[in-house]
Amino acid sequence: MEKQLYTISVYTENNLGLLNRIATIFLKRHVNIESLTVSSTEIEHVSRFIIVAYITEDEVKKIIKQIEKQIEVIKAFYHTNDEAIYLQSALFKVKSELLFEKRQIQNIIKKSNARIVTVNPEFFVLEKSGRKEEIEELYDGLAEYGIMQFVRSGRISVTKEEMKITELLEKELV
Amino acid sequence: METITKTKLPEKEVKQEFKKETTVKIQGSEAVVRSLIEEGADLIFGYPGGAIMPVYDEFYKVQDKIHHVLTRHEQGAIHAAQGFARSSGKVGVVIATSGPGATNLITGIADAQIDSTPLVCITGQVGSNLLGSDAFQETDVVSISTPVTKWNYQVTKASEIPAVIAKAFYIAKSGRPGPVLIDITKDAQFEEFDFSYKKCEKIRSYHPVPKMDPEKVKEAADMINKAKKPFVVFGQGVVLAQAEKEFKDFIEKADIPAASTLLGLSALPTDHNLNMGMVGMHGHYAPNVLTNECDVLIAIGMRFDDRVTGSLDTYAKQAKIIHFDIDPAEIDKNVKTDIAVLGTVKETLAELIPMIDKNKNQKWHQEFHDLRKIEYDRIIHPQTKPTQEKLTMGEVIAAVNEQTNGDAILVSDVGQNQMMTSRYGKFNTTKSKITSGGLGTMGFGLPAAMGAKLGRPDREVVAFIGDGGFQMTIQELGTIMQTKIPVKIVVLNNEFLGMVRQWQELFFDRRYASTVMTNPDFVKIVEGYGIKAQRVSKRENLKDAIADMIASEDAYFVEVIVEKEENVFPMIPSGASVSDVRLK
Repeated sequence: MEKQLYTISVYTENNLGLLNRIATIFLKRHVNIESLTVSSTEIEHVSRFIIVAYITEDEVKKIIKQIEKQIEVIKAFYHTNDEAIYLQSALFKVKSELLFEKRQIQNIIKKSNARIVTVNPEFFVLEKSGRKEEIEELYDGLAEYGIMQFVRSGRISVTKEEMKITELLEKELV
Repeated sequence: METITKTKLPEKEVKQEFKKETTVKIQGSEAVVRSLIEEGADLIFGYPGGAIMPVYDEFYKVQDKIHHVLTRHEQGAIHAAQGFARSSGKVGVVIATSGPGATNLITGIADAQIDSTPLVCITGQVGSNLLGSDAFQETDVVSISTPVTKWNYQVTKASEIPAVIAKAFYIAKSGRPGPVLIDITKDAQFEEFDFSYKKCEKIRSYHPVPKMDPEKVKEAADMINKAKKPFVVFGQGVVLAQAEKEFKDFIEKADIPAASTLLGLSALPTDHNLNMGMVGMHGHYAPNVLTNECDVLIAIGMRFDDRVTGSLDTYAKQAKIIHFDIDPAEIDKNVKTDIAVLGTVKETLAELIPMIDKNKNQKWHQEFHDLRKIEYDRIIHPQTKPTQEKLTMGEVIAAVNEQTNGDAILVSDVGQNQMMTSRYGKFNTTKSKITSGGLGTMGFGLPAAMGAKLGRPDREVVAFIGDGGFQMTIQELGTIMQTKIPVKIVVLNNEFLGMVRQWQELFFDRRYASTVMTNPDFVKIVEGYGIKAQRVSKRENLKDAIADMIASEDAYFVEVIVEKEENVFPMIPSGASVSDVRLK
């Protein structure tokens, strides 16, 4: 079976230790987590994990079942890249002088649709949200001139399908 | 005085709750003990230490209500609790201190997790102000135990104690059972709060028993009724669901040959005419070979462990697979199923039985009997009624069967002693075989036997242990002495780590790397603990020694000097197909 990137969404109670418990399910199977984001959801006291892993469908199915088996997990889903709307955010810190001395940089920023968050005499900060490849493209463009700092978030994602999550979870929480 | 709980409950429920609850200000340590009493835990196993002393101080005050068994090592405590849980069907309770006390529980927790044994483990922890400071005897047991617990939780406030303990018992015993761990900081044990207790009946994110789908049951019934050569493999799920009767009714009505996994043993009496023995690496010949001949394989409360299936690439490929299980995560985990029936097997089998027709293929039954005859002639007979000079493990087990009539609980350790006990032990009633299955924990046998006896004082408990495993938890003889547990111990001494030696003989050209044991005088050691003991090395003395042991009102130890290089056969070599089971 072929490996691909799967986005695993896990809805849980907001409890201490669950991150560890969910992470060990991947570790136990020697699966590397490509990215992991935990956030609150539209439902009170319910957290959402978004985990990206490069695995086969057979593996992702088994992992989902093991995750759902955990006491404080409400529901877990998996989606392929085609089924999801997803993006990541990145911040770039670049020397301010470059902005004025290298005209090329202005073009790169413009082309990338990145946003300037702040500018001061020493540096400016760019924010770029999008697919990993788009962020990488901007990185490569700026790297030529020197990046002072770079950080990229984990993936956040929603499904293309409507998926009435609140209703689905309410059914689970009866 | 009445209190208001903060849980949001519908009006009606809240009112009912008020009536029962009266509260008093007590310390967290007393709350632990009172919560245990509320859960009916009157027998617990443990070992004291600094971070759990306040709770022990409370045990001292309630000795009439809770019997605390002091073991000689925390590992002994947890295996004893496992034995207790497995023989009695109740939740086993273990208590230990922080640091090494807690880490010494881990092997038993992992064992209970993989063998679905309900346990509540309580550990003391350093004060919450010291958490993360590398304090004396601080260890992050919540993190360490996470992958091997069904649930765990660290308590830092006394007020959490009753609800957390209630939740722990509920989680441990509901659905597919398993171990839970509660880590309680020392300051939470000292802190005072208003105590009130309410049993946990529901956790909103937890659905212990999946809803049975009657359509699936019907599909399964159709497939079973159409089968020409159906075959049932049953596991511990039958015992855990208390579905022994439904299971027996089902196979009798359908007239289908059935074989057990290691942990399913005793769910069906050994002598039952449809009981074809045990499947797996050292299981019986017929059920292993015919796994690859059947047309419908009906798996009931089992999980297709690799020791059962051998190579998955060749496992029952010709057969349709029906899997009855409580745990959705077991479906398609190792073996792809054609029909999965979720729910407790008690419920799903009860639904199934009325739809089942009798299978009329007597030729199929005959195939089992023919292969069984081959195994009997070539292995069972020579091993249980040997003519060679040295004693065999099989004849020792047969001698015990004879004395107990198959009514005893047989506990085994791990290795050759375990496989021989499983192959030759006779079981008339359920919950009669206790062993470490999934984890294969040497040293399990002696403490588990103590726990099993305390869980079922009305039943005879005989432990079969090898000379290797005996020395892994030999210190528990002290517990047997102090607590006066009348458990019967048979050490099968071949002066080898026998199962590893067997593999070395078969697969490593007899290079016996670190498997030869120079042993102490076990009889003297046991007698040093004030336990009656004798050694048997000649066949003519075996029967009497076993008779003395069974007749004893107190604990009794028999060491049997057995053939040094005996092998357990049949055997499916690791990674081979079940039908390539070897008879020699």
